[in-house]
Amino acid sequence: MADKQGSKRFDLLAKRDINKETYVEPWPEAGLIVADSPYDPQPSLALDGGRVTEMDGVAAADFDALDRFIVSRALDLDVAAAAMALPSQEYARMLADINVPRAEIARLIAGCTPAKLTDIMRHLNVLEMMLGLSKMRVRRTPANQAHVTNWREHPALLAADAAEAGLRGFAEVETTVRVARFAPFNAMAILVGTQTGRGGVLTQCSVEEALGLRLAMKGLTSYAETLSVYGTERTFVDGDDTPWSKAFLASAYASRGVKIRFTSGTGSEALMGRAERKSMLYLEARCLLVVKGAGSQGVQNGSISCIALPEALPGGVRAVLAENLLAAMLGLEVAAGNDALASHSSIRKTAKLMLQFIPGADFIFSGYSAIPKRDNLFGGGNFDAEDFDDYNVLQRDMQIDGGVRPISEDEALAIRHKAACAIQAVYRELDLPAISDEEVEAATRAHSSDDMPERDIVPDLEAADAFMAGDSDFLRVIRALQDSGYSEVAENILEMGRQRIAADYLQPSAIFDADFKVLSGINDANDYTGPGSGYRPDGARWEEISAIPQAKSPEGFVEPHIGAPLSRLLEMGPAAKGSQNEVVLALGPAFGRALSKTIGGLEQEAVLQAILTGIAAEGLVARIVRVYHTSDCAAIGYVGARLSGSGIGIGLQSRGTAVIHQKDLAPLNNLELFPQSPSLTLETYEAIGRNAARYARDLATVPVAVKIDNGARLRLIVKTALLHRRETDEVNPERPPQELRYDWEPAL
Amino acid sequence: MSEYPLRENAAESLRAQSGRRLSEITAEALAAGELGGDDLRTHADTLRQQAEIARAGGFPQLAANLLRAAELTDVPNDELLRIYETLRPERASYIELERLADYLESTYGARENAAFIREAADVYRARGLLRR
Repeated sequence: MADKQGSKRFDLLAKRDINKETYVEPWPEAGLIVADSPYDPQPSLALDGGRVTEMDGVAAADFDALDRFIVSRALDLDVAAAAMALPSQEYARMLADINVPRAEIARLIAGCTPAKLTDIMRHLNVLEMMLGLSKMRVRRTPANQAHVTNWREHPALLAADAAEAGLRGFAEVETTVRVARFAPFNAMAILVGTQTGRGGVLTQCSVEEALGLRLAMKGLTSYAETLSVYGTERTFVDGDDTPWSKAFLASAYASRGVKIRFTSGTGSEALMGRAERKSMLYLEARCLLVVKGAGSQGVQNGSISCIALPEALPGGVRAVLAENLLAAMLGLEVAAGNDALASHSSIRKTAKLMLQFIPGADFIFSGYSAIPKRDNLFGGGNFDAEDFDDYNVLQRDMQIDGGVRPISEDEALAIRHKAACAIQAVYRELDLPAISDEEVEAATRAHSSDDMPERDIVPDLEAADAFMAGDSDFLRVIRALQDSGYSEVAENILEMGRQRIAADYLQPSAIFDADFKVLSGINDANDYTGPGSGYRPDGARWEEISAIPQAKSPEGFVEPHIGAPLSRLLEMGPAAKGSQNEVVLALGPAFGRALSKTIGGLEQEAVLQAILTGIAAEGLVARIVRVYHTSDCAAIGYVGARLSGSGIGIGLQSRGTAVIHQKDLAPLNNLELFPQSPSLTLETYEAIGRNAARYARDLATVPVAVKIDNGARLRLIVKTALLHRRETDEVNPERPPQELRYDWEPAL
Repeated sequence: MSEYPLRENAAESLRAQSGRRLSEITAEALAAGELGGDDLRTHADTLRQQAEIARAGGFPQLAANLLRAAELTDVPNDELLRIYETLRPERASYIELERLADYLESTYGARENAAFIREAADVYRARGLLRR
């Protein structure tokens, strides 16, 4: 066969970001199905004298460890019979019904089995799920978590980035390690950094479970979320845990005053080859009941690091929202995913985000990458530091609180410098390998690891080992900060210690607000019951979201277009209708008066001269009038045409928009219209004058070619509106068109 | 639940694990070298109070966890890590888990944790999760 004659369009489509993804057809036998596997069980629950004898088609004798844990610790058997009897569609309707309060749904959901929970989701589309998440999420105020890492594991850069994340409003900051031995220092840098940026940011360092607990015991972290659970017994055991060991770990953390949330998410079982032919969502429902039964206050789900797997399958993004919603229905704090790199396509990743961003979640991201992608040790962020401004604008566009705030460059530099200096001081006071002034300066201004000087990691690692082995804890860090004059940062970390004693932040979905006050499902319970209720970003928060540094004052748009009035353009009295073969150039009311430059920055006088030159070049005379009763371009041009002896007029607004009109046309019609004034050059204006003259002479005329710039309106619409408003300010409905004298002759 | 948050509404009654009053956890005390690790740890009574708040708020499983946590406040760090390790799959025999439960109950009065570990032992035996 000859070379295939392909479609140029399909060639182009094949190269698009969306086609860098992998898509696969469902294969239930391998667990490659997001929901409704033919092997998923039907919901069932049999009780005999307060004992469960069957759940989801499995007899008690055949229960695996997860079933046993769920039956023993998660299910509310007092409501189970009633809960299981209620049709799934009824639950779905209750979720989408603003008249059914959250507590009523939560009461019944407590008695639902994994298969029942999964079955409820079958009846909901994403819009209904979003409404459900809006109502069911635990905390009223949405929040956000950041990831802060860098591949150099540089302490000053970690501290600076953590400080910036705190300043940007993230309520939690998570770090991790490339080299596990760095754990205490990375945790310390994040702690010092966040508490420099904003007191009360919760921090964690994602490492192996036992090491994570030791970091928490040293007070270097205030929460942990690496307690992973899985939906099948074999996967759980492959993860080297059981529901009981994980639940014990949760209690151990709580005993030290440390907040925890578990981690689950669709796709992990299939990825580990032990999905047992079940759908991802059904296995996630099992996970979530284990999480609840363990007494975790919350969960990070939303597929997390497995996200690309459900996204390879049909309905994957919907299933991820479904698992967020299931967790919220169970009364669990949800850190909703959106963390790991999920798509090459900006369109796709943003569309997916909307499913959590619009309804709001306890944490919209379980790790917004507040660093560049290359520095992200969690496997690349789906949204990165490069997307900060995009994200701020999304909040501002939709009046949605996405959990962050816009900041200025000066604020960022100041807080980064302070944090880098603070960690430098801690290293000095603790006799750790010195952080140089050069490193502090680099960290202050850095975007990524690439901007940092190299650091000898061997002594750092030795110091980290010694720190971990010794008795040093966060009290030493606080004292180091006190001794080096960072009393404010020291006080913030000390207050984190006091909060440990109070343990208020062990309650569901707890964060600290900007005033270091705890907000949780106890004192900030979600009360959404439809329009006018629940959390709404308003008042000072809405002003903060609105005031992105890029927003300019409206006056600033017009100011560069104001100059000296055109003194050579003299008004001679009311304009009369001409009788000679001429072109009348009709100007807008502000032309040469209130405004002096077009939107494209051309001097109006130069534009005027160009048009006159064009008319003269075709051997015709021109008359100039100024129109006062309207600022509309077509109307101005129409006035010119009606005053013109030839019936041909040119309308020219102050901002440069032009029209060639003819007196017998309808007022809003035209011979040629030039709406894209920013693209018009003096050559174009001359050509407009020339064409107008040719129409007057009744010659065959080729319309003026104009460059099409579809971005012009996008860039300049605000300026267009404000310049037009300025012109409209000059409108005087009583004043007839005025004849103008312009003392100038074109040089031909 | 009017007490919640305790940090704001019951600060005067809060004590650290060491018995030191919250109001005595000050920058000055720290600078003077008066504070140790136990002065910044939560007290079992506080966790029990938080458990009650969670229960009343409709979070019974969290409440149960906080009650287990209250029992563990006296258990030293290393021991906590060892217990966790013991509960991981295929680490312990049935007898060892039973002994662990007895030990926690007799040494720390940790009845909830003991019951929890005994439940685990039974499930581990039924599901082949004991040490082979």
